[in-house]
Amino acid sequence: MNYAEYVIPAYIVVFGSVAAFTAVLVARGRRLGRGVPDEDKPWT
Amino acid sequence: MVKAVETGGTHNDNATGTRATRVIGVLALVGVPLVLLLGLVTSPEDVEMGDSVRIMYVHVPSAWLAYLAFGVTAVCSALYLWPRTRSLTLDRFAGASAEIGVLFTGLALATGMLWGRPTWGVFWTWDARLTSTALLFLLFLGYLAIRRLPALPEQRAKRAAIAGLIAFIDVPIVHLSVEWWRSLHQDATVARRDLDAQLDGAMLFTLFLSLTVFTLIYVWLLLHRQRQLWLEDHAGALSLDQAIAARHAEASPAVPPPAEVLQP
Repeated sequence: MNYAEYVIPAYIVVFGSVAAFTAVLVARGRRLGRGVPDEDKPWT
Repeated sequence: MVKAVETGGTHNDNATGTRATRVIGVLALVGVPLVLLLGLVTSPEDVEMGDSVRIMYVHVPSAWLAYLAFGVTAVCSALYLWPRTRSLTLDRFAGASAEIGVLFTGLALATGMLWGRPTWGVFWTWDARLTSTALLFLLFLGYLAIRRLPALPEQRAKRAAIAGLIAFIDVPIVHLSVEWWRSLHQDATVARRDLDAQLDGAMLFTLFLSLTVFTLIYVWLLLHRQRQLWLEDHAGALSLDQAIAARHAEASPAVPPPAEVLQP
Protein backbone atom coordinates (compact mmCIF):
# COMPACT_ATOMS: atom_id res chain seq x y z
CA MET A 1 0.00 0.00 0.00
CA ASN A 2 1.38 3.40 -0.94
CA TYR A 3 0.86 6.36 1.43
CA ALA A 4 0.51 3.88 4.32
CA GLU A 5 2.21 6.44 6.59
CA TYR A 6 -0.91 8.63 6.21
CA VAL A 7 -3.65 6.01 5.75
CA ILE A 8 -2.88 3.83 8.79
CA PRO A 9 -2.58 6.78 11.26
CA ALA A 10 -5.90 8.17 9.96
CA TYR A 11 -7.69 4.91 10.84
CA ILE A 12 -5.88 4.65 14.20
CA VAL A 13 -6.80 8.23 15.13
CA VAL A 14 -10.48 7.76 14.23
CA PHE A 15 -11.16 4.34 15.72
CA GLY A 16 -8.81 4.95 18.68
CA SER A 17 -10.55 8.23 19.57
CA VAL A 18 -14.03 6.72 19.26
CA ALA A 19 -12.96 3.71 21.39
CA ALA A 20 -11.46 6.00 24.06
CA PHE A 21 -14.57 8.23 24.12
CA THR A 22 -16.79 5.15 24.40
CA ALA A 23 -14.71 3.67 27.24
CA VAL A 24 -14.89 6.91 29.25
CA LEU A 25 -18.63 7.18 28.54
CA VAL A 26 -19.37 3.62 29.71
CA ALA A 27 -17.19 3.92 32.85
CA ARG A 28 -18.73 7.26 33.85
CA GLY A 29 -22.25 6.01 33.13
CA ARG A 30 -21.72 2.97 35.36
CA ARG A 31 -20.32 5.11 38.17
CA LEU A 32 -23.23 7.56 38.01
CA GLY A 33 -25.77 4.76 37.55
CA ARG A 34 -24.83 3.12 40.86
CA GLY A 35 -26.40 6.01 42.76
CA VAL A 36 -29.81 5.67 41.09
CA PRO A 37 -32.12 2.62 41.33
CA ASP A 38 -33.20 1.23 37.96
CA GLU A 39 -36.85 2.00 38.77
CA ASP A 40 -36.05 5.73 38.81
CA LYS A 41 -34.34 5.79 35.40
CA PRO A 42 -36.78 6.94 32.69
CA TRP A 43 -35.29 4.57 30.07
CA THR A 44 -35.65 1.34 32.07
CA MET B 1 -25.71 -8.32 35.33
CA VAL B 2 -28.41 -7.14 37.70
CA LYS B 3 -27.72 -7.08 41.41
CA ALA B 4 -29.34 -5.67 44.53
CA VAL B 5 -27.40 -3.11 46.54
CA GLU B 6 -27.76 -1.78 50.06
CA THR B 7 -29.25 1.56 48.96
CA GLY B 8 -32.47 -0.18 47.89
CA GLY B 9 -33.88 -1.06 44.46
CA THR B 10 -32.08 -2.89 41.68
CA HIS B 11 -28.99 -1.54 39.99
CA ASN B 12 -27.77 -2.63 36.58
CA ASP B 13 -24.06 -2.66 35.70
CA ASN B 14 -25.00 -1.39 32.25
CA ALA B 15 -26.38 1.82 33.75
CA THR B 16 -27.40 3.66 30.58
CA GLY B 17 -28.05 0.70 28.28
CA THR B 18 -31.30 -0.78 27.00
CA ARG B 19 -32.17 -3.55 24.58
CA ALA B 20 -32.25 -1.01 21.70
CA THR B 21 -28.78 0.38 22.46
CA ARG B 22 -27.42 -3.16 22.75
CA VAL B 23 -28.76 -4.02 19.28
CA ILE B 24 -27.31 -0.80 17.83
CA GLY B 25 -24.00 -1.48 19.58
CA VAL B 26 -23.75 -5.03 18.23
CA LEU B 27 -24.53 -3.84 14.68
CA ALA B 28 -21.84 -1.15 14.96
CA LEU B 29 -19.33 -3.66 16.36
CA VAL B 30 -20.01 -6.02 13.45
CA GLY B 31 -19.74 -3.13 10.99
CA VAL B 32 -16.37 -1.76 12.13
CA PRO B 33 -14.28 -4.80 11.00
CA LEU B 34 -16.15 -4.74 7.67
CA VAL B 35 -15.26 -1.06 7.19
CA LEU B 36 -11.62 -1.86 8.02
CA LEU B 37 -11.58 -4.80 5.61
CA LEU B 38 -13.24 -2.99 2.72
CA GLY B 39 -11.58 0.37 3.40
CA LEU B 40 -8.03 -0.88 3.86
CA VAL B 41 -7.92 -4.04 1.73
CA THR B 42 -10.56 -4.78 -0.88
CA SER B 43 -11.65 -1.35 -2.22
CA PRO B 44 -9.66 -0.20 -5.26
CA GLU B 45 -7.04 2.53 -5.18
CA ASP B 46 -7.67 5.79 -6.99
CA VAL B 47 -6.06 6.46 -10.38
CA GLU B 48 -4.73 9.86 -9.26
CA MET B 49 -4.55 9.69 -5.45
CA GLY B 50 -3.44 6.06 -5.10
CA ASP B 51 -4.11 4.41 -1.74
CA SER B 52 -4.47 7.77 0.03
CA VAL B 53 -8.11 7.66 -1.16
CA ARG B 54 -8.71 5.07 1.59
CA ILE B 55 -8.68 7.96 4.08
CA MET B 56 -11.99 9.02 2.47
CA TYR B 57 -13.78 6.11 4.23
CA VAL B 58 -13.10 7.65 7.66
CA HIS B 59 -12.83 11.34 6.68
CA VAL B 60 -16.19 11.74 4.91
CA PRO B 61 -18.22 9.86 7.60
CA SER B 62 -16.54 11.98 10.30
CA ALA B 63 -17.56 15.17 8.48
CA TRP B 64 -21.09 13.77 7.88
CA LEU B 65 -21.47 12.99 11.57
CA ALA B 66 -20.33 16.51 12.47
CA TYR B 67 -23.12 17.91 10.26
CA LEU B 68 -25.65 15.43 11.63
CA ALA B 69 -24.68 15.97 15.27
CA PHE B 70 -24.77 19.76 15.04
CA GLY B 71 -28.03 19.53 13.09
CA VAL B 72 -29.57 17.53 15.95
CA THR B 73 -28.22 20.11 18.42
CA ALA B 74 -29.80 22.94 16.40
CA VAL B 75 -33.20 21.19 16.09
CA CYS B 76 -33.29 20.30 19.81
CA SER B 77 -32.22 23.87 20.70
CA ALA B 78 -34.98 25.38 18.55
CA LEU B 79 -37.56 23.02 20.08
CA TYR B 80 -36.33 23.91 23.57
CA LEU B 81 -36.75 27.63 22.89
CA TRP B 82 -40.31 27.08 21.64
CA PRO B 83 -42.46 27.20 24.83
CA ARG B 84 -44.81 24.38 23.75
CA THR B 85 -42.01 21.84 23.38
CA ARG B 86 -39.68 23.10 26.12
CA SER B 87 -38.14 20.17 27.95
CA LEU B 88 -34.78 19.50 29.64
CA THR B 89 -34.67 16.19 27.73
CA LEU B 90 -34.26 18.23 24.53
CA ASP B 91 -31.49 20.24 26.21
CA ARG B 92 -29.69 17.03 27.16
CA PHE B 93 -30.00 15.66 23.62
CA ALA B 94 -28.61 18.97 22.29
CA GLY B 95 -25.63 18.88 24.68
CA ALA B 96 -24.89 15.20 24.09
CA SER B 97 -25.05 15.63 20.31
CA ALA B 98 -22.76 18.68 20.40
CA GLU B 99 -20.11 16.75 22.35
CA ILE B 100 -20.15 13.97 19.76
CA GLY B 101 -20.13 16.57 16.99
CA VAL B 102 -17.01 18.22 18.42
CA LEU B 103 -15.30 14.81 18.58
CA PHE B 104 -16.09 14.05 14.93
CA THR B 105 -15.27 17.58 13.72
CA GLY B 106 -11.85 17.14 15.33
CA LEU B 107 -11.51 13.76 13.59
CA ALA B 108 -12.59 15.25 10.24
CA LEU B 109 -9.91 17.94 10.64
CA ALA B 110 -7.23 15.41 11.66
CA THR B 111 -7.99 12.95 8.85
CA GLY B 112 -8.31 15.84 6.39
CA MET B 113 -4.80 16.98 7.32
CA LEU B 114 -3.48 13.42 6.87
CA TRP B 115 -5.16 13.27 3.45
CA GLY B 116 -4.06 16.79 2.50
CA ARG B 117 -0.35 16.10 2.90
CA PRO B 118 -0.05 13.47 0.10
CA THR B 119 -2.71 15.20 -2.06
CA TRP B 120 -1.85 18.91 -1.77
CA GLY B 121 1.67 18.67 -0.34
CA VAL B 122 0.73 20.40 2.95
CA PHE B 123 -1.04 19.35 6.15
CA TRP B 124 -2.84 22.66 6.48
CA THR B 125 -3.72 25.67 4.38
CA TRP B 126 -6.05 28.59 5.14
CA ASP B 127 -8.54 27.36 2.57
CA ALA B 128 -12.25 28.32 2.92
CA ARG B 129 -13.42 24.74 3.71
CA LEU B 130 -10.63 24.06 6.20
CA THR B 131 -10.89 27.44 7.91
CA SER B 132 -14.69 27.33 8.24
CA THR B 133 -14.46 23.78 9.64
CA ALA B 134 -11.85 24.87 12.20
CA LEU B 135 -14.18 27.76 13.12
CA LEU B 136 -17.06 25.27 13.53
CA PHE B 137 -14.91 23.23 15.91
CA LEU B 138 -14.14 26.34 17.99
CA LEU B 139 -17.75 27.58 17.97
CA PHE B 140 -19.05 24.30 19.40
CA LEU B 141 -16.21 24.15 21.92
CA GLY B 142 -17.54 27.54 23.06
CA TYR B 143 -21.06 26.06 23.16
CA LEU B 144 -19.80 23.26 25.44
CA ALA B 145 -18.04 25.85 27.64
CA ILE B 146 -21.33 27.77 27.98
CA ARG B 147 -23.04 24.55 29.10
CA ARG B 148 -20.48 24.24 31.91
CA LEU B 149 -21.11 27.71 33.35
CA PRO B 150 -22.74 27.44 36.77
CA ALA B 151 -26.49 28.09 36.47
CA LEU B 152 -29.88 26.57 37.13
CA PRO B 153 -30.72 23.83 34.59
CA GLU B 154 -33.34 26.02 32.85
CA GLN B 155 -30.95 29.00 32.61
CA ARG B 156 -28.18 26.77 31.28
CA ALA B 157 -30.53 25.22 28.73
CA LYS B 158 -31.77 28.59 27.44
CA ARG B 159 -28.27 30.06 27.08
CA ALA B 160 -27.01 26.89 25.41
CA ALA B 161 -29.95 26.72 23.01
CA ILE B 162 -29.31 30.28 21.78
CA ALA B 163 -25.56 29.58 21.46
CA GLY B 164 -26.23 26.30 19.63
CA LEU B 165 -28.44 27.98 17.05
CA ILE B 166 -25.87 30.74 16.47
CA ALA B 167 -23.02 28.22 16.11
CA PHE B 168 -25.06 26.11 13.67
CA ILE B 169 -25.05 29.00 11.15
CA ASP B 170 -21.50 27.89 10.26
CA VAL B 171 -22.62 24.40 9.10
CA PRO B 172 -24.12 25.50 5.75
CA ILE B 173 -21.17 27.86 5.30
CA VAL B 174 -18.78 24.89 5.69
CA HIS B 175 -20.77 22.80 3.20
CA LEU B 176 -21.14 25.52 0.57
CA SER B 177 -17.67 27.03 1.04
CA VAL B 178 -16.28 25.00 -1.87
CA GLU B 179 -18.89 26.59 -4.16
CA TRP B 180 -18.75 30.13 -2.75
CA TRP B 181 -14.96 30.55 -2.75
CA ARG B 182 -12.10 29.22 -4.86
CA SER B 183 -11.00 26.25 -2.81
CA LEU B 184 -8.19 23.74 -2.78
CA HIS B 185 -10.68 21.25 -1.32
CA GLN B 186 -12.53 19.25 -3.97
CA ASP B 187 -16.23 19.79 -4.69
CA ALA B 188 -18.88 17.45 -3.30
CA THR B 189 -18.41 13.95 -4.73
CA VAL B 190 -21.50 12.19 -3.36
CA ALA B 191 -23.90 14.85 -1.95
CA ARG B 192 -24.26 16.58 -5.33
CA ARG B 193 -27.20 18.59 -6.59
CA ASP B 194 -27.48 16.36 -9.70
CA LEU B 195 -27.46 13.21 -7.45
CA ASP B 196 -24.78 11.70 -9.71
CA ALA B 197 -22.07 10.40 -7.35
CA GLN B 198 -18.65 10.69 -8.97
CA LEU B 199 -17.29 7.45 -7.50
CA ASP B 200 -16.49 3.92 -8.65
CA GLY B 201 -19.13 1.35 -7.54
CA ALA B 202 -16.87 -0.49 -5.04
CA MET B 203 -15.72 2.82 -3.55
CA LEU B 204 -19.30 4.05 -3.28
CA PHE B 205 -20.41 0.83 -1.54
CA THR B 206 -17.53 1.05 0.95
CA LEU B 207 -18.29 4.71 1.62
CA PHE B 208 -22.00 4.04 2.23
CA LEU B 209 -21.18 1.11 4.51
CA SER B 210 -18.83 3.35 6.47
CA LEU B 211 -21.45 6.14 6.64
CA THR B 212 -23.99 3.62 7.98
CA VAL B 213 -21.63 2.21 10.62
CA PHE B 214 -20.56 5.70 11.76
CA THR B 215 -24.22 6.74 12.02
CA LEU B 216 -24.96 3.69 14.20
CA ILE B 217 -22.00 4.64 16.42
CA TYR B 218 -23.40 8.19 16.65
CA VAL B 219 -26.88 7.00 17.68
CA TRP B 220 -25.37 4.66 20.31
CA LEU B 221 -23.16 7.41 21.73
CA LEU B 222 -26.01 9.94 21.68
CA LEU B 223 -28.43 7.73 23.62
CA HIS B 224 -25.85 6.77 26.23
CA ARG B 225 -24.51 10.31 26.68
CA GLN B 226 -28.01 11.80 26.94
CA ARG B 227 -28.89 9.29 29.68
CA GLN B 228 -25.61 10.02 31.42
CA LEU B 229 -26.46 13.73 31.43
CA TRP B 230 -29.80 12.82 33.05
CA LEU B 231 -27.88 10.91 35.75
CA GLU B 232 -25.58 13.94 36.27
CA ASP B 233 -28.59 16.29 36.62
CA HIS B 234 -30.26 13.80 38.98
CA ALA B 235 -27.11 13.55 41.12
CA GLY B 236 -26.83 17.37 41.16
CA ALA B 237 -30.45 17.76 42.27
CA LEU B 238 -29.99 15.14 45.02
CA SER B 239 -26.86 16.82 46.40
CA LEU B 240 -28.65 20.20 46.32
CA ASP B 241 -31.58 18.70 48.28
CA GLN B 242 -29.14 17.24 50.81
CA ALA B 243 -27.32 20.57 51.18
CA ILE B 244 -30.63 22.42 51.74
CA ALA B 245 -31.73 19.82 54.33
CA ALA B 246 -28.38 20.20 56.14
CA ARG B 247 -28.76 23.99 56.25
CA HIS B 248 -32.30 23.63 57.63
CA ALA B 249 -30.99 21.27 60.31
CA GLU B 250 -28.26 23.78 61.25
CA ALA B 251 -30.76 26.68 61.42
CA SER B 252 -33.28 24.80 63.63
CA PRO B 253 -31.41 22.32 65.85
CA ALA B 254 -33.56 19.47 67.11
CA VAL B 255 -32.04 19.60 70.63
CA PRO B 256 -33.00 22.83 72.54
CA PRO B 257 -30.19 24.71 74.30
CA PRO B 258 -29.78 24.19 78.10
CA ALA B 259 -32.23 26.18 80.33
CA GLU B 260 -29.48 28.32 81.93
CA VAL B 261 -28.45 29.65 78.54
CA LEU B 262 -32.00 30.91 77.92
CA GLN B 263 -32.23 32.74 81.31
CA PRO B 264 -31.19 36.41 81.36
